[in-house]
Amino acid sequence: MVEAVLFVLMAVAALTGAVTVVLARNPIYSAIGLLGTLFSVAVIYVVHLAHLVAAVQVIVYAGAVLTLFLFVIMLIGVDKSERRIETLPSQRIGVGAIAILLIAGVVAITVFGNFEWVPAAASVIDLDATNGTVAAVAEPMFTDWVLAFEATALLLTIGAAGAVALAHYRRRN
Amino acid sequence: MTDLAIDLLWLVILLPLAGALFLHFVGQRLPEPMAGLLASAAIGLSFLVGLVGAFPFFQGDGEATTILLWSWMPAIGANLELLWDPLSALMTLIVTGVGFLIHVFAIGYMHGDERFGRFFVNLNLFAASMLTLVLAGNYAMLFLGWELVGLCSYLLIGFWFTRDSAAGAAKKAFVVNRIGDFGMMVALMLVFAAFGTLSYAGIFDRAGEVLTTGVATAIGLLFLLAAAGKSAQIPLYVWLPDAMEGPTPVSALIHAATMVTAGVYLVARSAAIFELSPTAQVTVATIGAATALWAASIAIAQYDIKKVLAYSTISQLGYMFMAVGATAYVAGIFHLMTHAFFKALLFLGAGSVIHAMSDEQDMRKMGGLLSKMPVTGVTMGIATLAIAGVPPLAGFWSKDEILGSLFARGGWYGVLWVVGLLTAAMTAFYMTRQWVMVFWGEPRWSEDAHPHESPGMMTLPLIALAALTVVGGFVNTPFRFTLEHFLEPVFEGVSMQHPPEGWGMFALMAGISVFAGLVGLAAAGLAYRRPMEDWAEFEQGLQPVWGWWEQAYRVDDFYNVTVVQPGKKAAEAAAFSVDLPVIDGAVNGVGRLARGIGERVRVLQTGQVRNYAALLFAGAIALVVWLAVTGA
Amino acid sequence: MVAPGWYMALAAALFLVGALGLLIRRNALVMFMCIELMLNAVNLTLVAAGRALNDINGQVAVFFILVVAAAEVVVGLAIIVSIFRLRSTASVDELSEMKG
Repeated sequence: MVEAVLFVLMAVAALTGAVTVVLARNPIYSAIGLLGTLFSVAVIYVVHLAHLVAAVQVIVYAGAVLTLFLFVIMLIGVDKSERRIETLPSQRIGVGAIAILLIAGVVAITVFGNFEWVPAAASVIDLDATNGTVAAVAEPMFTDWVLAFEATALLLTIGAAGAVALAHYRRRN
Repeated sequence: MTDLAIDLLWLVILLPLAGALFLHFVGQRLPEPMAGLLASAAIGLSFLVGLVGAFPFFQGDGEATTILLWSWMPAIGANLELLWDPLSALMTLIVTGVGFLIHVFAIGYMHGDERFGRFFVNLNLFAASMLTLVLAGNYAMLFLGWELVGLCSYLLIGFWFTRDSAAGAAKKAFVVNRIGDFGMMVALMLVFAAFGTLSYAGIFDRAGEVLTTGVATAIGLLFLLAAAGKSAQIPLYVWLPDAMEGPTPVSALIHAATMVTAGVYLVARSAAIFELSPTAQVTVATIGAATALWAASIAIAQYDIKKVLAYSTISQLGYMFMAVGATAYVAGIFHLMTHAFFKALLFLGAGSVIHAMSDEQDMRKMGGLLSKMPVTGVTMGIATLAIAGVPPLAGFWSKDEILGSLFARGGWYGVLWVVGLLTAAMTAFYMTRQWVMVFWGEPRWSEDAHPHESPGMMTLPLIALAALTVVGGFVNTPFRFTLEHFLEPVFEGVSMQHPPEGWGMFALMAGISVFAGLVGLAAAGLAYRRPMEDWAEFEQGLQPVWGWWEQAYRVDDFYNVTVVQPGKKAAEAAAFSVDLPVIDGAVNGVGRLARGIGERVRVLQTGQVRNYAALLFAGAIALVVWLAVTGA
Repeated sequence: MVAPGWYMALAAALFLVGALGLLIRRNALVMFMCIELMLNAVNLTLVAAGRALNDINGQVAVFFILVVAAAEVVVGLAIIVSIFRLRSTASVDELSEMKG
């Protein structure tokens, strides 16, 4: 019962935030809307006993990434010149068609979404018994996925270096 | 000392090679004679190493040794290995010894040439290549040297490449040699297929068990094709007269004394294979005889001092082929050696004359030069007598041994003996004609010419070669077969033809050949000692034969019509009716296709990021739909 | 207990909004946020599915996606900043030099 209530609340909040991101003319409002969505999704993670992921979502996403977004918005100025009317003629038809198809997909999942979940025998654990501890996530991450872990570490390093190289401002002369 | 020399035998090749490399990089900056002196020193040292290394063979207690320098492809017997036996030792000494004298001569001859240093680079490189050829311990390395000497020949014929005729002659030599090299390659493939190795050691000892007569004949004939290319025999001799476009020392070294004898060396070296095929032997001897007679007749009617010598060289090479074809290997190699002495001398003498006459080569514009350049005249006279077969000069002994061997073999070879005698008479005639036209009679040169004796740098090699021409024949006389015993170990396993036994037969043989020579000598002497009008009339009297000889039977025109023009036509057809529409068409068609497609699909690239995103989504949705439909 | 299908539906809806936003909006920054929305929708399905299947690897995958998304944001924002320096605009419609 608690889960159902939480789900409805968080679903509404997340969707509201998402729609705000798309519709707000001021990018700052978009960022605030994204923040709401991120928090709502984090709550759902907690419900699913994904405590670590929820914490990372809040700290890294809502904390660091969004702050970065806000920084950049402030840096380049709030651009309100964007008009609601679509300017690319070809894009209009495309967006219309894709929108219809995507909505059809969402409806289909909502209506026929009661899939039968068949666990893969090899990787099944008792998720309830872990009680969402970090150890449960850490164990496969540092055994089965250690190579991917190292690769992402390298990716972050390269990303940071790349960002510095891209954004570095060279004064003429 | 001797063991050390054999251990250091690679120096024989390396010294001229190092000289070539060194001069290539710094030669242009050296003051003029330095480059020549360095090159001469390199080849002189090479000669000394070879001389010391050959000592055991002189003493008669040397053993043939194979010196492995580097295992390259041991599985097929293609290693960098040197075979040091009396034959390769003798060839080494000829190449380096005669080569040294010609290097020295060239220092004087090339004086003032703006590419003086470059000339000695090529000359040294040639020496290294030729030594690779004769010292090779397997056919792969021999082939390496074979191709390298061809390259050097090309470079040196075309040394004055700004002259169209020189560039053309170089090209002609290269292309004609290619035909021979084709035979060489196929022969080596056959050898490898039969023996599974290219190493001499694995071939000659087993030839009798491995080869059938048919295969031996095939290999022998292909070797003959290769030798005909390199040694200018019928039908591939046409490049050699044109090769006279090169500087005269080159003609002496490459196109008379050393490189062109490679074919003779090849046949002698492969004696074990020819042993199995009488057909191949007869063919070699017959080709040789035909070439000897053919070229000698052309030489009679030439007016260019170098052309006479070029055809004479072809003719004498034919003599050597007659000898090795008749399995008189020692006689063939003996003649190779003596010919190297007197033909190098003749070429250098001709070079000296040309030098003195300010690059005039037409003998009709010479005459009476003996008083102006006595050293050149006398040394060339000695060489002329030698090649005419006058005893006791070198040419007499070697030529006589060849003729005697042919006579002793009998049968068809008896016919070749007659051809050889005829050729000997003609040789004596054209050589005497040349000498008399150049050095005797009334002067016919123009007033601006100031003939003078060449400097010592040029006359000293002439004198040295003249000395060799006088004494060189004594290494193998019926009184003392020194060379015969020297070379015997090389031809141990094969049967060899010797001149007939006994002093009576020797006297008869020598008498006949000397008589033939003297007839030619006397005829030419009598005809050409008179003023030009008289002998011009005599030559006119021999028309139309004389005209054919003078124009070398118009073989070049014949080849031009039958081979060169059709070849050019075929190339043209391939270029303009196959390559242009088909190959180029296909290539251009692919290009046009890609361009056409690009022209049509470029509208997709709007440059709008959001268009791309829309297409991305469309693709993703299509994928999802497809997966849902197929039920994955 | 809420059936996993509902979480899937929520994720699909979030993805829909993000996708349409990406197609409609012209401000590069907002487009970026829309991409983040879509990534979150995917993450949500992974966590929910992992729960439904009793599989911890779902959460591990989400962790990696978060890291990669962070790297992407860093580089993407740097690109936007440098574009802005050149053009003084964040509208992607102005950037069509690659038109074929």
